[in-house]
Amino acid sequence: HYEEAYGEARLKCPHVALKQHRKPGFFWWLVLAMAMMRFYIQKGTHKGLYRSIARTLKFFQTFALLEVGHCALGIVRTSVIVTGVQVCSRIFMVWFVTNSIRQIQNEESVILFLVVWTMTEITRYSYYTFNLLHHLPYFIKWARYNLFIVLYPLGVAGELLTIYAALPFVRRSGMYSMRLPNKYNVSFDYYYCLIVFMLSYIPLFPQLFFHMLRQRRRVLHGEVIVEKDD
Amino acid sequence: MSTLQLNKAVVFFEVEILDAKTKDKLCFLDKVRTLFFSFHWYPARQSIRLDPKGKSLKDEDVLQHLPVGTTATFYFRDLGAQISWVTVFLTEYTGPLVLYLMFYFRVSFIYAPKYDFTTSKHWVVHLACMCHSFHFMKRLLETLFVHRFSHGTMPLRNIFKNCTYYWGFAAWMAYYVNHPLYTPPIYGEQQIRLALIIFLFCQIGNFSIHIALRNLRPPGSKTRKIPYPTKNPFTWIFLLVSCPNYTYELGAWFGFTLMTQCLPVAFFTLVGFIQMTVWAKGKHRSYLKEFRDYPPLRSPILPFIL
Repeated sequence: HYEEAYGEARLKCPHVALKQHRKPGFFWWLVLAMAMMRFYIQKGTHKGLYRSIARTLKFFQTFALLEVGHCALGIVRTSVIVTGVQVCSRIFMVWFVTNSIRQIQNEESVILFLVVWTMTEITRYSYYTFNLLHHLPYFIKWARYNLFIVLYPLGVAGELLTIYAALPFVRRSGMYSMRLPNKYNVSFDYYYCLIVFMLSYIPLFPQLFFHMLRQRRRVLHGEVIVEKDD
Repeated sequence: MSTLQLNKAVVFFEVEILDAKTKDKLCFLDKVRTLFFSFHWYPARQSIRLDPKGKSLKDEDVLQHLPVGTTATFYFRDLGAQISWVTVFLTEYTGPLVLYLMFYFRVSFIYAPKYDFTTSKHWVVHLACMCHSFHFMKRLLETLFVHRFSHGTMPLRNIFKNCTYYWGFAAWMAYYVNHPLYTPPIYGEQQIRLALIIFLFCQIGNFSIHIALRNLRPPGSKTRKIPYPTKNPFTWIFLLVSCPNYTYELGAWFGFTLMTQCLPVAFFTLVGFIQMTVWAKGKHRSYLKEFRDYPPLRSPILPFIL
Protein backbone atom coordinates (compact mmCIF):
# COMPACT_ATOMS: atom_id res chain seq x y z
CA HIS A 1 0.00 0.00 0.00
CA TYR A 2 2.83 2.32 0.84
CA GLU A 3 4.60 1.43 -2.40
CA GLU A 4 1.42 2.15 -4.33
CA ALA A 5 1.00 5.49 -2.68
CA TYR A 6 4.68 6.23 -3.25
CA GLY A 7 4.39 5.31 -6.92
CA GLU A 8 1.37 7.54 -7.39
CA ALA A 9 3.06 10.37 -5.57
CA ARG A 10 6.07 10.11 -7.86
CA LEU A 11 3.90 11.22 -10.75
CA LYS A 12 2.17 14.02 -8.88
CA CYS A 13 4.81 15.31 -6.53
CA PRO A 14 7.74 17.16 -8.11
CA HIS A 15 9.85 17.01 -5.01
CA VAL A 16 10.73 13.36 -5.10
CA ALA A 17 14.28 14.10 -4.03
CA LEU A 18 12.92 15.74 -0.91
CA LYS A 19 10.92 12.66 -0.01
CA GLN A 20 13.96 10.49 -0.50
CA HIS A 21 15.79 12.72 1.93
CA ARG A 22 12.90 12.66 4.36
CA LYS A 23 12.87 8.87 4.54
CA PRO A 24 16.45 8.55 5.86
CA GLY A 25 15.83 11.35 8.37
CA PHE A 26 12.76 9.63 9.69
CA PHE A 27 14.67 6.37 9.71
CA TRP A 28 17.57 7.70 11.80
CA TRP A 29 15.35 9.09 14.52
CA LEU A 30 13.41 5.85 14.64
CA VAL A 31 16.66 3.92 14.92
CA LEU A 32 17.75 6.22 17.69
CA ALA A 33 14.47 5.78 19.53
CA MET A 34 14.70 2.02 19.30
CA ALA A 35 18.37 1.99 20.37
CA MET A 36 17.53 4.08 23.39
CA MET A 37 14.61 1.89 24.38
CA ARG A 38 16.59 -1.28 23.91
CA PHE A 39 19.46 0.03 26.01
CA TYR A 40 17.18 1.02 28.82
CA ILE A 41 15.31 -2.26 28.79
CA GLN A 42 18.54 -4.27 28.76
CA LYS A 43 20.54 -2.26 31.25
CA GLY A 44 17.78 -0.83 33.40
CA THR A 45 19.67 2.44 33.78
CA HIS A 46 20.32 5.51 31.69
CA LYS A 47 24.00 5.61 32.57
CA GLY A 48 26.07 4.94 29.50
CA LEU A 49 23.09 5.41 27.19
CA TYR A 50 24.49 8.56 25.68
CA ARG A 51 27.81 6.90 24.87
CA SER A 52 26.05 4.11 23.04
CA ILE A 53 24.13 6.41 20.69
CA ALA A 54 26.65 9.27 20.51
CA ARG A 55 28.13 8.52 17.12
CA THR A 56 24.80 8.04 15.36
CA LEU A 57 23.42 11.17 16.93
CA LYS A 58 26.37 13.35 15.91
CA PHE A 59 26.35 11.94 12.41
CA PHE A 60 22.79 12.62 11.40
CA GLN A 61 22.35 15.70 13.57
CA THR A 62 24.96 17.33 11.37
CA PHE A 63 23.00 16.17 8.33
CA ALA A 64 20.19 18.32 9.66
CA LEU A 65 22.09 21.23 8.13
CA LEU A 66 20.44 20.16 4.92
CA GLU A 67 17.13 21.12 6.51
CA VAL A 68 18.18 24.71 6.55
CA GLY A 69 19.13 24.44 2.89
CA HIS A 70 15.70 23.08 2.05
CA CYS A 71 14.00 25.97 3.77
CA ALA A 72 16.29 28.45 2.07
CA LEU A 73 15.44 26.97 -1.32
CA GLY A 74 11.75 27.24 -0.48
CA ILE A 75 11.05 23.56 -0.80
CA VAL A 76 9.67 23.38 2.72
CA ARG A 77 7.43 26.09 4.04
CA THR A 78 9.16 26.84 7.31
CA SER A 79 11.08 29.97 8.04
CA VAL A 80 14.83 29.71 7.39
CA ILE A 81 15.68 31.60 10.53
CA VAL A 82 13.50 29.45 12.81
CA THR A 83 14.91 26.21 11.45
CA GLY A 84 18.42 27.67 11.34
CA VAL A 85 18.32 28.65 15.00
CA GLN A 86 17.01 25.24 16.01
CA VAL A 87 19.58 23.32 13.99
CA CYS A 88 22.46 25.50 15.22
CA SER A 89 21.49 25.13 18.85
CA ARG A 90 21.18 21.35 18.46
CA ILE A 91 24.56 21.06 16.74
CA PHE A 92 26.08 23.23 19.46
CA MET A 93 24.57 21.00 22.17
CA VAL A 94 25.72 17.78 20.52
CA TRP A 95 29.22 18.81 19.47
CA PHE A 96 30.27 21.41 22.01
CA VAL A 97 28.51 20.36 25.17
CA THR A 98 27.68 16.66 25.46
CA ASN A 99 30.47 15.50 23.17
CA SER A 100 33.25 17.54 24.73
CA ILE A 101 32.29 17.46 28.39
CA ARG A 102 32.31 13.77 29.30
CA GLN A 103 31.34 14.23 32.92
CA ILE A 104 27.80 15.31 32.12
CA GLN A 105 26.99 12.53 29.69
CA ASN A 106 25.19 10.51 32.34
CA GLU A 107 23.02 13.34 33.57
CA GLU A 108 19.27 12.86 33.51
CA SER A 109 18.84 16.14 31.67
CA VAL A 110 20.69 14.65 28.68
CA ILE A 111 18.17 11.81 28.48
CA LEU A 112 15.39 14.36 28.83
CA PHE A 113 16.34 16.38 25.79
CA LEU A 114 17.27 13.29 23.77
CA VAL A 115 13.82 11.81 24.35
CA VAL A 116 12.17 15.13 23.54
CA TRP A 117 14.17 15.58 20.34
CA THR A 118 13.40 12.03 19.26
CA MET A 119 9.67 12.40 19.82
CA THR A 120 9.53 15.80 18.16
CA GLU A 121 11.48 14.71 15.13
CA ILE A 122 9.60 11.47 14.56
CA THR A 123 6.32 13.39 14.67
CA ARG A 124 7.68 16.10 12.39
CA TYR A 125 9.11 13.77 9.79
CA SER A 126 5.95 11.63 9.76
CA TYR A 127 3.98 14.79 9.19
CA TYR A 128 6.15 15.92 6.26
CA THR A 129 6.25 12.49 4.67
CA PHE A 130 2.50 11.89 4.86
CA ASN A 131 1.86 15.46 3.76
CA LEU A 132 3.94 14.98 0.62
CA LEU A 133 2.01 11.80 -0.09
CA HIS A 134 -1.24 13.80 0.27
CA HIS A 135 -2.42 11.20 2.73
CA LEU A 136 -2.17 12.81 6.15
CA PRO A 137 -3.91 11.06 9.05
CA TYR A 138 -5.43 13.59 11.44
CA PHE A 139 -3.69 12.17 14.50
CA ILE A 140 -0.28 12.96 13.04
CA LYS A 141 -1.34 16.50 12.30
CA TRP A 142 -2.78 16.72 15.82
CA ALA A 143 0.42 15.34 17.31
CA ARG A 144 2.66 17.69 15.39
CA TYR A 145 0.79 20.78 16.38
CA ASN A 146 -0.07 19.86 19.98
CA LEU A 147 2.77 17.81 21.43
CA PHE A 148 5.19 20.68 21.05
CA ILE A 149 3.34 22.60 23.76
CA VAL A 150 4.73 20.10 26.27
CA LEU A 151 7.83 18.94 24.43
CA TYR A 152 9.38 22.35 23.64
CA PRO A 153 9.58 23.56 27.25
CA LEU A 154 10.77 20.12 28.39
CA GLY A 155 13.44 20.07 25.72
CA VAL A 156 14.61 23.55 26.66
CA ALA A 157 14.71 22.52 30.31
CA GLY A 158 16.82 19.48 29.43
CA GLU A 159 19.26 21.52 27.37
CA LEU A 160 19.62 24.29 29.94
CA LEU A 161 20.07 21.89 32.84
CA THR A 162 22.75 20.03 30.89
CA ILE A 163 24.72 23.20 30.18
CA TYR A 164 24.30 24.33 33.78
CA ALA A 165 25.67 21.00 34.98
CA ALA A 166 28.60 21.34 32.60
CA LEU A 167 29.64 24.80 33.80
CA PRO A 168 31.83 23.76 36.77
CA PHE A 169 33.75 21.28 34.61
CA VAL A 170 34.34 23.92 31.95
CA ARG A 171 35.54 26.38 34.55
CA ARG A 172 37.93 23.93 36.11
CA SER A 173 39.44 22.62 32.88
CA GLY A 174 39.51 25.94 31.01
CA MET A 175 38.61 24.15 27.81
CA TYR A 176 38.25 26.03 24.49
CA SER A 177 39.53 29.13 26.25
CA MET A 178 42.37 31.51 25.56
CA ARG A 179 43.85 33.94 28.05
CA LEU A 180 45.96 37.07 27.87
CA PRO A 181 48.76 37.75 27.21
CA ASN A 182 49.16 36.14 23.80
CA LYS A 183 50.47 37.31 20.44
CA TYR A 184 46.99 37.64 18.91
CA ASN A 185 45.86 40.00 21.66
CA VAL A 186 42.51 38.32 22.10
CA SER A 187 40.89 36.29 24.84
CA PHE A 188 38.00 33.87 24.91
CA ASP A 189 36.32 32.29 27.88
CA TYR A 190 34.15 29.29 27.03
CA TYR A 191 32.53 29.48 30.47
CA TYR A 192 31.05 32.92 29.76
CA CYS A 193 30.27 31.87 26.21
CA LEU A 194 28.06 29.10 27.62
CA ILE A 195 26.38 31.54 29.98
CA VAL A 196 25.64 33.89 27.08
CA PHE A 197 24.31 30.90 25.13
CA MET A 198 21.98 30.04 28.01
CA LEU A 199 20.78 33.65 28.27
CA SER A 200 20.04 33.70 24.55
CA TYR A 201 17.24 31.23 25.20
CA ILE A 202 15.34 34.07 26.89
CA PRO A 203 14.67 36.05 23.70
CA LEU A 204 14.78 33.12 21.29
CA PHE A 205 12.65 30.44 22.94
CA PRO A 206 9.45 32.56 23.21
CA GLN A 207 9.80 33.56 19.55
CA LEU A 208 10.07 29.95 18.40
CA PHE A 209 7.27 28.89 20.71
CA PHE A 210 4.86 31.59 19.60
CA HIS A 211 5.78 30.91 15.98
CA MET A 212 4.64 27.32 16.50
CA LEU A 213 1.49 28.52 18.29
CA ARG A 214 0.63 30.74 15.33
CA GLN A 215 1.20 27.82 12.96
CA ARG A 216 -1.04 25.71 15.16
CA ARG A 217 -3.88 28.21 15.08
CA ARG A 218 -3.58 28.49 11.32
CA VAL A 219 -3.42 24.78 10.59
CA LEU A 220 -5.80 23.37 13.17
CA HIS A 221 -8.33 26.14 13.41
CA GLY A 222 -8.01 27.67 9.95
CA GLU A 223 -7.46 31.12 11.39
CA VAL A 224 -5.95 33.63 9.02
CA ILE A 225 -2.97 35.23 10.68
CA VAL A 226 -1.79 38.48 9.15
CA GLU A 227 1.99 38.56 9.26
CA LYS A 228 3.62 41.90 10.06
CA ASP A 229 5.43 42.58 6.81
CA ASP A 230 3.27 42.07 3.75
CA MET B 1 1.15 48.30 1.95
CA SER B 2 -1.06 48.66 5.01
CA THR B 3 -4.70 47.73 4.45
CA LEU B 4 -7.22 50.17 5.83
CA GLN B 5 -10.68 49.21 6.90
CA LEU B 6 -13.24 51.94 7.41
CA ASN B 7 -16.58 50.73 8.63
CA LYS B 8 -18.04 54.09 9.43
CA ALA B 9 -19.14 56.80 6.96
CA VAL B 10 -16.12 58.23 5.21
CA VAL B 11 -15.61 61.95 4.64
CA PHE B 12 -14.09 62.70 1.26
CA PHE B 13 -12.29 65.92 0.43
CA GLU B 14 -11.78 67.75 -2.82
CA VAL B 15 -8.38 69.34 -3.04
CA GLU B 16 -7.22 72.10 -5.39
CA ILE B 17 -3.53 72.86 -5.77
CA LEU B 18 -2.85 76.32 -7.18
CA ASP B 19 0.39 77.98 -8.24
CA ALA B 20 1.31 80.38 -5.44
CA LYS B 21 2.26 83.21 -7.79
CA THR B 22 -0.05 83.00 -10.74
CA LYS B 23 -2.98 81.33 -8.92
CA ASP B 24 -3.34 78.95 -11.89
CA LYS B 25 -5.06 75.71 -11.07
CA LEU B 26 -2.26 73.12 -11.24
CA CYS B 27 -4.27 70.11 -10.21
CA PHE B 28 -7.54 69.04 -8.73
CA LEU B 29 -7.86 66.01 -6.47
CA ASP B 30 -11.26 64.46 -6.13
CA LYS B 31 -12.35 61.97 -3.40
CA VAL B 32 -9.34 62.33 -1.13
CA ARG B 33 -9.51 60.36 2.08
CA THR B 34 -8.64 62.33 5.20
CA LEU B 35 -6.01 59.85 6.37
CA PHE B 36 -3.66 60.83 3.61
CA PHE B 37 -3.20 64.29 5.08
CA SER B 38 -1.99 63.14 8.45
CA PHE B 39 1.26 64.79 9.58
CA HIS B 40 2.37 61.32 10.53
CA TRP B 41 3.40 60.63 6.94
CA TYR B 42 5.92 63.41 6.29
CA PRO B 43 7.43 63.51 2.79
CA ALA B 44 10.63 61.63 3.65
CA ARG B 45 8.48 58.69 4.68
CA GLN B 46 6.41 58.60 1.53
CA SER B 47 7.17 56.26 -1.26
CA ILE B 48 5.08 56.75 -4.36
CA ARG B 49 5.48 54.24 -7.10
CA LEU B 50 3.86 53.16 -10.35
CA ASP B 51 3.95 49.49 -9.43
CA PRO B 52 3.32 48.13 -5.90
CA LYS B 53 6.50 46.07 -5.97
CA GLY B 54 8.54 48.46 -8.07
CA LYS B 55 11.00 51.22 -7.30
CA SER B 56 10.03 54.48 -5.71
CA LEU B 57 9.57 57.56 -7.89
CA LYS B 58 12.11 60.31 -7.32
CA ASP B 59 11.36 63.81 -6.09
CA GLU B 60 12.48 65.21 -9.42
CA ASP B 61 10.16 63.05 -11.54
CA VAL B 62 7.61 65.01 -13.54
CA LEU B 63 4.14 63.63 -14.15
CA GLN B 64 4.25 64.35 -17.88
CA HIS B 65 7.43 62.32 -18.34
CA LEU B 66 6.11 59.21 -16.62
CA PRO B 67 4.77 56.28 -18.65
CA VAL B 68 1.14 56.87 -17.70
CA GLY B 69 -1.93 57.80 -19.72
CA THR B 70 -4.44 60.50 -18.82
CA THR B 71 -5.52 58.60 -15.70
CA ALA B 72 -2.58 57.63 -13.55
CA THR B 73 -2.58 55.20 -10.62
CA PHE B 74 0.11 55.53 -8.00
CA TYR B 75 0.83 53.24 -5.11
CA PHE B 76 1.71 54.68 -1.73
CA ARG B 77 3.98 52.95 0.69
CA ASP B 78 4.89 54.10 4.18
CA LEU B 79 8.64 53.73 4.58
CA GLY B 80 8.44 53.89 8.35
CA ALA B 81 10.02 56.44 10.65
CA GLN B 82 12.98 58.10 8.93
CA ILE B 83 16.15 59.68 10.20
CA SER B 84 18.62 61.83 8.30
CA TRP B 85 21.88 60.33 7.05
CA VAL B 86 23.88 63.09 8.67
CA THR B 87 22.42 62.31 12.10
CA VAL B 88 23.13 58.61 11.70
CA PHE B 89 26.71 59.19 10.57
CA LEU B 90 27.47 61.63 13.35
CA THR B 91 26.09 59.30 16.01
CA GLU B 92 27.73 56.15 14.72
CA TYR B 93 31.16 57.81 14.40
CA THR B 94 31.18 59.72 17.68
CA GLY B 95 30.67 56.48 19.62
CA PRO B 96 33.91 54.77 18.57
CA LEU B 97 35.86 57.98 19.07
CA VAL B 98 34.69 58.39 22.66
CA LEU B 99 34.71 54.69 23.56
CA TYR B 100 38.25 54.07 22.34
CA LEU B 101 39.51 57.02 24.39
CA MET B 102 37.77 55.65 27.47
CA PHE B 103 39.67 52.38 27.07
CA TYR B 104 42.90 54.22 26.26
CA PHE B 105 42.74 56.25 29.46
CA ARG B 106 41.71 53.09 31.33
CA VAL B 107 38.63 54.57 32.92
CA SER B 108 37.38 52.74 36.06
CA PHE B 109 35.55 49.40 35.87
CA ILE B 110 37.11 48.35 32.55
CA TYR B 111 40.31 46.73 33.75
CA ALA B 112 41.43 45.66 37.21
CA PRO B 113 41.38 48.60 39.68
CA LYS B 114 45.15 48.73 40.02
CA TYR B 115 45.36 49.76 36.34
CA ASP B 116 42.79 52.59 36.52
CA PHE B 117 43.99 55.74 34.76
CA THR B 118 47.42 54.30 34.05
CA THR B 119 49.04 54.51 30.63
CA SER B 120 50.48 51.73 28.51
CA LYS B 121 54.24 51.33 28.42
CA HIS B 122 54.20 50.44 24.72
CA TRP B 123 54.49 53.42 22.38
CA VAL B 124 52.54 51.56 19.67
CA VAL B 125 49.46 51.77 21.89
CA HIS B 126 49.72 55.57 21.93
CA LEU B 127 50.24 55.59 18.18
CA ALA B 128 47.23 53.34 17.67
CA CYS B 129 45.06 55.66 19.75
CA MET B 130 46.15 58.63 17.67
CA CYS B 131 45.45 56.80 14.43
CA HIS B 132 42.05 55.51 15.52
CA SER B 133 40.96 58.91 16.83
CA PHE B 134 42.26 60.66 13.72
CA HIS B 135 40.32 58.25 11.53
CA PHE B 136 37.00 58.92 13.23
CA MET B 137 37.56 62.66 13.53
CA LYS B 138 38.20 62.66 9.79
CA ARG B 139 34.96 60.77 9.21
CA LEU B 140 32.99 63.22 11.37
CA LEU B 141 34.41 66.24 9.57
CA GLU B 142 33.79 64.67 6.18
CA THR B 143 30.17 64.01 7.13
CA LEU B 144 29.74 67.66 8.08
CA PHE B 145 31.69 69.35 5.29
CA VAL B 146 32.54 67.04 2.44
CA HIS B 147 29.92 64.44 1.64
CA ARG B 148 26.95 65.21 -0.59
CA PHE B 149 24.17 62.73 0.11
CA SER B 150 21.78 61.59 -2.64
CA HIS B 151 19.16 60.39 -0.18
CA GLY B 152 18.24 62.64 2.70
CA THR B 153 17.01 59.94 5.07
CA MET B 154 17.12 56.27 5.96
CA PRO B 155 14.80 54.09 8.11
CA LEU B 156 15.05 54.79 11.83
CA ARG B 157 15.96 51.24 12.81
CA ASN B 158 19.21 51.62 10.88
CA ILE B 159 20.66 53.86 13.54
CA PHE B 160 20.35 51.10 16.14
CA LYS B 161 21.82 48.51 13.83
CA ASN B 162 24.71 50.73 12.71
CA CYS B 163 25.56 52.03 16.16
CA THR B 164 25.59 48.52 17.61
CA TYR B 165 28.04 47.51 14.89
CA TYR B 166 30.43 50.47 15.18
CA TRP B 167 30.25 50.96 18.93
CA GLY B 168 30.40 47.23 19.66
CA PHE B 169 33.44 46.62 17.52
CA ALA B 170 35.18 49.77 18.76
CA ALA B 171 34.78 48.62 22.37
CA TRP B 172 35.94 45.09 21.55
CA MET B 173 39.07 46.31 19.70
CA ALA B 174 39.90 49.04 22.21
CA TYR B 175 39.66 46.61 25.13
CA TYR B 176 42.48 44.46 23.81
CA VAL B 177 44.77 47.11 22.33
CA ASN B 178 44.72 49.14 25.55
CA HIS B 179 44.85 46.13 27.85
CA PRO B 180 47.61 46.08 30.48
CA LEU B 181 48.63 42.64 29.16
CA TYR B 182 48.81 43.78 25.52
CA THR B 183 51.59 42.19 23.44
CA PRO B 184 53.20 44.51 20.84
CA PRO B 185 53.74 43.31 17.24
CA ILE B 186 56.21 40.46 16.69
CA TYR B 187 58.40 42.31 14.18
CA GLY B 188 58.49 45.38 16.38
CA GLU B 189 59.47 48.74 14.97
CA GLN B 190 59.66 47.59 11.33
CA GLN B 191 56.13 46.26 11.41
CA ILE B 192 54.75 49.34 13.12
CA ARG B 193 56.52 51.71 10.73
CA LEU B 194 55.26 49.89 7.65
CA ALA B 195 51.76 49.76 9.11
CA LEU B 196 51.80 53.50 9.80
CA ILE B 197 52.89 54.30 6.25
CA ILE B 198 50.11 52.15 4.80
CA PHE B 199 47.60 53.71 7.18
CA LEU B 200 48.53 57.32 6.38
CA PHE B 201 48.76 56.66 2.65
CA CYS B 202 45.26 55.21 2.65
CA GLN B 203 43.83 57.99 4.80
CA ILE B 204 45.08 60.61 2.34
CA GLY B 205 43.85 58.48 -0.54
CA ASN B 206 40.42 58.05 1.00
CA PHE B 207 40.15 61.79 1.62
CA SER B 208 41.22 62.58 -1.95
CA ILE B 209 38.52 60.31 -3.33
CA HIS B 210 35.88 61.94 -1.14
CA ILE B 211 36.91 65.38 -2.39
CA ALA B 212 36.93 64.17 -6.00
CA LEU B 213 33.43 62.69 -5.62
CA ARG B 214 32.20 65.89 -4.02
CA ASN B 215 33.52 67.96 -6.90
CA LEU B 216 31.66 65.78 -9.36
CA ARG B 217 28.40 67.08 -8.05
CA PRO B 218 27.57 70.78 -7.87
CA PRO B 219 26.00 71.95 -4.55
CA GLY B 220 22.35 71.05 -4.12
CA SER B 221 22.18 68.88 -7.22
CA LYS B 222 21.68 65.17 -7.41
CA THR B 223 23.30 64.54 -10.78
CA ARG B 224 25.28 61.37 -11.29
CA LYS B 225 28.48 61.33 -13.34
CA ILE B 226 31.31 58.90 -13.94
CA PRO B 227 34.25 59.76 -11.68
CA TYR B 228 37.62 60.13 -13.46
CA PRO B 229 41.21 60.55 -12.25
CA THR B 230 42.19 64.15 -11.49
CA LYS B 231 45.55 65.87 -11.06
CA ASN B 232 45.83 64.34 -7.60
CA PRO B 233 47.87 61.09 -7.91
CA PHE B 234 45.75 59.45 -5.24
CA THR B 235 42.78 59.58 -7.62
CA TRP B 236 44.61 57.77 -10.41
CA ILE B 237 43.25 54.56 -8.90
CA PHE B 238 39.96 55.49 -10.61
CA LEU B 239 41.51 53.95 -13.74
CA LEU B 240 41.29 50.53 -12.15
CA VAL B 241 38.55 50.71 -9.51
CA SER B 242 34.95 51.98 -9.35
CA CYS B 243 34.87 52.62 -5.60
CA PRO B 244 38.41 53.53 -4.54
CA ASN B 245 37.12 55.10 -1.33
CA TYR B 246 36.38 51.55 -0.16
CA THR B 247 39.73 50.32 -1.42
CA TYR B 248 41.56 52.96 0.59
CA GLU B 249 39.36 52.34 3.61
CA LEU B 250 40.25 48.65 3.51
CA GLY B 251 43.91 49.57 3.20
CA ALA B 252 43.72 51.87 6.21
CA TRP B 253 42.19 49.19 8.41
CA PHE B 254 44.68 46.65 7.13
CA GLY B 255 47.40 49.04 8.22
CA PHE B 256 45.78 49.41 11.62
CA THR B 257 45.56 45.62 11.99
CA LEU B 258 49.25 45.30 11.16
CA MET B 259 50.08 48.06 13.61
CA THR B 260 48.20 46.58 16.55
CA GLN B 261 48.48 42.87 15.69
CA CYS B 262 45.15 42.28 17.35
CA LEU B 263 42.68 39.60 16.23
CA PRO B 264 39.53 41.63 16.95
CA VAL B 265 40.91 44.39 14.72
CA ALA B 266 41.57 41.82 11.98
CA PHE B 267 38.05 40.58 12.39
CA PHE B 268 36.64 44.09 12.11
CA THR B 269 38.70 44.66 8.96
CA LEU B 270 37.36 41.42 7.48
CA VAL B 271 33.72 42.20 8.21
CA GLY B 272 34.15 45.73 6.87
CA PHE B 273 35.78 44.31 3.74
CA ILE B 274 32.85 41.99 3.11
CA GLN B 275 30.32 44.79 3.59
CA MET B 276 32.23 47.24 1.42
CA THR B 277 32.62 44.66 -1.31
CA VAL B 278 28.85 44.18 -1.36
CA TRP B 279 28.35 47.94 -1.62
CA ALA B 280 31.07 48.34 -4.25
CA LYS B 281 29.61 45.60 -6.43
CA GLY B 282 26.19 47.25 -6.20
CA LYS B 283 27.60 50.63 -7.09
CA HIS B 284 29.62 49.16 -9.95
CA ARG B 285 26.54 47.44 -11.32
CA SER B 286 24.50 50.63 -11.19
CA TYR B 287 27.29 52.55 -12.94
CA LEU B 288 27.33 49.95 -15.71
CA LYS B 289 23.56 50.14 -16.04
CA GLU B 290 23.41 53.90 -16.09
CA PHE B 291 26.38 54.76 -18.31
CA ARG B 292 26.87 53.19 -21.74
CA ASP B 293 30.46 54.33 -22.00
CA TYR B 294 31.62 53.16 -18.58
CA PRO B 295 35.36 52.28 -18.64
CA PRO B 296 35.63 48.50 -18.99
CA LEU B 297 38.96 48.14 -17.18
CA ARG B 298 37.49 49.01 -13.78
CA SER B 299 36.73 46.49 -11.00
CA PRO B 300 34.38 47.24 -8.12
CA ILE B 301 36.86 47.36 -5.23
CA LEU B 302 40.15 45.52 -5.80
CA PRO B 303 42.00 46.13 -9.10
CA PHE B 304 41.55 43.12 -11.41
CA ILE B 305 40.50 40.88 -8.54
CA LEU B 306 37.11 41.80 -7.15
